[in-house]
Amino acid sequence: MTLAKLSISELRVALDSKKISAVELAEYFLARAESNADLNAFLHRDRDLTLAEARRADAQIANGNASALTGIPIAHKDIFVTRDWRTTAGSKMLENYISPFDATVVEKLNAAGMVCLGKLNCDEFAMGSSNENSAFGAVKNPWDKSRIPGGSSGGSAAAIAAGLAPAATGTDTGGSLRQPAAMCGITAIKPTYGRVSRYGMVAFASSLDQGGPMAKSAEDCALLLDAMMGFDAKDSTSVSARENNETPISARLLTAFGSDNRSGAGVSKPLAGVRVGVPKEFFGVGLSPDVAHAVDSAIAQFEKLGASRTEISLPRTRLAIPAYYVIAPAEASSNLSRFDGVRYGHRAKEYKDLADMIAKSRAEGFGAEVKRRILVGAYVLSHGYYDAYYLQAQKVRRLIAQDFQDAFKQCDFVMGPVAPTTAWKVGEKSNDPVAMYLEDIFTLGVSLAGLPGMSVPCGFDQQKLPIGLQIIGNYFDEAKMLAAAHQYQLATDWHTRSPEAFQ
Amino acid sequence: MSLTSDDIHRLAKLARINITPVETERTLRELNNIFSMVETLQAVDTAHLVPLCHPIAIIQEMPLRLRDDAVTETNAREANMVNAPQQENGLFLVPKVLE
Amino acid sequence: MSTTPAGWEVVIGLETHTQLSTASKIFSGSATTFGAAPNTQANVVDLALPGTLPVMNRGAVEKAIMFGLAVNGTIAPHSVFARKNYFYPDLPKGYQISQFELPVVVGGKVGIVLDGVEKTVQLTRAHLEEDAGKSLHEGLDTMGVSGIDLNRAGTPLLEIVTEPDMRSAAEAVAYAKALHGLVTWLGICDGNMQEGSFRCDANVSIRKPGAPLGTRCEIKNVNSFRFLERAIEYEIRRQIELIEDGGRVVQETRLYDADRDETRSMRSKEDAMDYRYFPDPDLLPLVIDAAWIERVKSAMPELFEPMRERFMSQYGLSMYDAGLLTSSRSTARYYEDVVILGADASLAAKWITGTLFARLSLDGLNIDRCPVNSGIFASLLKRISDNTINSTGAKQVFENLWNAPQNQDGMRSLQSVDNSIAKHGLEQVSDTGAIEKIVDDVLAANQKSVDEFKAGKEKAFQSLVGQVMKASNGKANPAQVNEILKKKLSG
Repeated sequence: MTLAKLSISELRVALDSKKISAVELAEYFLARAESNADLNAFLHRDRDLTLAEARRADAQIANGNASALTGIPIAHKDIFVTRDWRTTAGSKMLENYISPFDATVVEKLNAAGMVCLGKLNCDEFAMGSSNENSAFGAVKNPWDKSRIPGGSSGGSAAAIAAGLAPAATGTDTGGSLRQPAAMCGITAIKPTYGRVSRYGMVAFASSLDQGGPMAKSAEDCALLLDAMMGFDAKDSTSVSARENNETPISARLLTAFGSDNRSGAGVSKPLAGVRVGVPKEFFGVGLSPDVAHAVDSAIAQFEKLGASRTEISLPRTRLAIPAYYVIAPAEASSNLSRFDGVRYGHRAKEYKDLADMIAKSRAEGFGAEVKRRILVGAYVLSHGYYDAYYLQAQKVRRLIAQDFQDAFKQCDFVMGPVAPTTAWKVGEKSNDPVAMYLEDIFTLGVSLAGLPGMSVPCGFDQQKLPIGLQIIGNYFDEAKMLAAAHQYQLATDWHTRSPEAFQ
Repeated sequence: MSLTSDDIHRLAKLARINITPVETERTLRELNNIFSMVETLQAVDTAHLVPLCHPIAIIQEMPLRLRDDAVTETNAREANMVNAPQQENGLFLVPKVLE
Repeated sequence: MSTTPAGWEVVIGLETHTQLSTASKIFSGSATTFGAAPNTQANVVDLALPGTLPVMNRGAVEKAIMFGLAVNGTIAPHSVFARKNYFYPDLPKGYQISQFELPVVVGGKVGIVLDGVEKTVQLTRAHLEEDAGKSLHEGLDTMGVSGIDLNRAGTPLLEIVTEPDMRSAAEAVAYAKALHGLVTWLGICDGNMQEGSFRCDANVSIRKPGAPLGTRCEIKNVNSFRFLERAIEYEIRRQIELIEDGGRVVQETRLYDADRDETRSMRSKEDAMDYRYFPDPDLLPLVIDAAWIERVKSAMPELFEPMRERFMSQYGLSMYDAGLLTSSRSTARYYEDVVILGADASLAAKWITGTLFARLSLDGLNIDRCPVNSGIFASLLKRISDNTINSTGAKQVFENLWNAPQNQDGMRSLQSVDNSIAKHGLEQVSDTGAIEKIVDDVLAANQKSVDEFKAGKEKAFQSLVGQVMKASNGKANPAQVNEILKKKLSG
């Protein structure tokens, strides 16, 4: 078995038993990243920096001070600011930007002893569903290099799928963790809005942005989420977990449903009593039959594990698209106003005056999709349109969130597809923004409601492209979601498959 | 509703993004497509609804958290200005500001 | 002195930006001290570096609550921070965090007195927001560049907006002064206008009496009361001339140029602004409950109006003296300290508003910096009351104490005063025999005055008193001198 296939727990054992050092592990993944540079998953790598962190981890392991993640390599989506690596957010605007501070997430994972392999490609300012919007080139899908890896955390998903890193961070504003995870056949969780600090994440849409882990399994995601989340005084929208349970999520994978599922009757029906709600709106027109079949089989597997299946309704599913494509651009248009070429970022070489310097720098620094969303955002907030668009969208958002609360009266989880199709060809939809937006239909509602959502590999289509099952939980239910996904992954092996070229 | 190229120019000016005539035309087409999709929002009855400011506010009150009035920062000008396109004597330099 | 031009009514509303005197900024932990080297008090949040987020300062909210209580406004139980979007190089985020639809204070009023007439100016609202940085031009002009200093960016502001209630420049200034007095009294703003801690923008329009409101112009950049008056006067003249010449007032922002004493259109604000306000998604609604308001109320200083009333009833002061003694919180505190330490209340009022104020003004000092502390001052007044010294002597002692500040050696205040009296031999002479001797000498030497007095000239008596005081080197007890003189002249 190659190191690239090992789970975080397995790597932990290897490190603790001194079968391998953190430095060797880091070198192994750096070499894989190097030899697979054509995927364009990494934007910045720095061998010296990585190895210095690995040596620090080895020292901690030698001293017996290792925690669950000490010495485990990780790579960060280039939307998290880092002191040691450049941070570009996939934009020419920030091509050479050096942050004087680390994002809270980076700080926390650093403190947990993780070794940073570098920064990962993404759609510019996290705006996109295909990773084609990166100023530094598209990322290729390891399952089929002619296809997109999904977005915006496409570099992260591709890196995990290709075994270039055992763990990665990503962010999700409208599906940017879940959709690329689905398209690359890996596991990811977008936590409840406010659980993971946004401090140090280059902002796209503040009321939607949420960081989360991407890895090969629910178990790995649990370990990473434990280290990433937590109240942060620097983020005014950060929430402290409501439950008093201080036990880490990773330690509750087998106990989250009340009884200890490691023994007794729980073994065959570990999810007995768990109610899975399946929204009929998630299985309508536009859903690829292969995806429908794989998701349906996955839900059947949950039933085998003891869960019950209920059909539910999320009547405003379609409305999530217009609501999201008003709210997210509105917030983005304002969040991106700070890029004016005054204090940092791209400044045009020639300009007539101050106003021209700003307008030209922004025209040159931003890519087409970012500009488009800024203009849409400016429009929906402008005088005379605010009530009809922005305010209306925020009200519809309440209805969408309320629909989910009604659904959770009937079920513990909502399950369905992450995306209507599997990964499409590079360039296939890049000239039709609206067609691209429609692909986000199943992930946007969760984002608008601020609910936690997961993507779990659940099969392949006829072209051998991975399919993701979406598990949506109620607020703060990450532990239960990961526990349910873990049971599913104990019973299936979809998450262990990797593309042939990267075995 | 349909936007015009004047709208695009107004928005580009508001957003401080220079835009070429070719871009204007393409942007106009794309924005009109986007807004015809967005139009479906208008049919929703939202009378008496309060907009949702923080998603968690759907289940619990979310008041603003406040910090104590204390100085926690020291001078870090050098590190903070390392990305400045143009600077002198601790000032960010820009083309002359007209008031 | 402003006059209402014939046939026109002037309508003025004021928007005042008061910098709240917090230690740290409104959304970051940077210091707010004035005058630091450029960009040394601007942290990553103030510079709007990517990934940074605002966290609200409780102290700024408390000061806003205090203001709302002082003007009898309504403290909003729920107010919202909104983004005001516009590009300006001294506005790092490309938006200002302010309050728009739901401000922290709604309504309220400020009383003003102008030429003895009382008037109330209604407040529309007061809202919290962040200040912008500064664009500097000095020494950079030749390079065609400006420098951006963001030390001021993020300083908390309370913007206080009035209804268009004022009808003359003088009224506007009276309001601005009253507001200035209030915010400095409350201690929520240092009031330093030169440093920009208290900045007024005036909305000025004119109309024919009874007509609907005219088009207004907003005058910015006024950093003294005098300039405020002159800027408004200029603007009124400009608008009247414009209309009388058949023109029209255009709604715009105008900058007051003190050197030329005129207002001119601000180029940078030429575009009709569309600020695209929306609730800031980085901040949640500000919630202020009744208990918090109560806590702030109980910690609030007594306001000057009730204090003035109390000074009148408790210490028997005239409205005029009570007004002078409550002109600032430190003056009022000084006065009350002096009284509490045993000085006679009306003597203290007379001495503080007279001798002390004059001396402070001579040295250009604020009472906080008064070299004669309240303890010494009270002791000095006690020595007048117990006839140890008379007022002439007391003035000399005061001057000596002023020039050689006491108490540094830990000497008790009464002792300091007594030492000063003794050192300069200023004890009052109350020995009847000694005074009689001086009186006899004076009467003998001033027969002319004695004759005049006997002929019915009262003035001659005062002249004789003066001669006696002079002969005693000002140390004789004036009451005794009067009494003895009367006795001897009638004898």
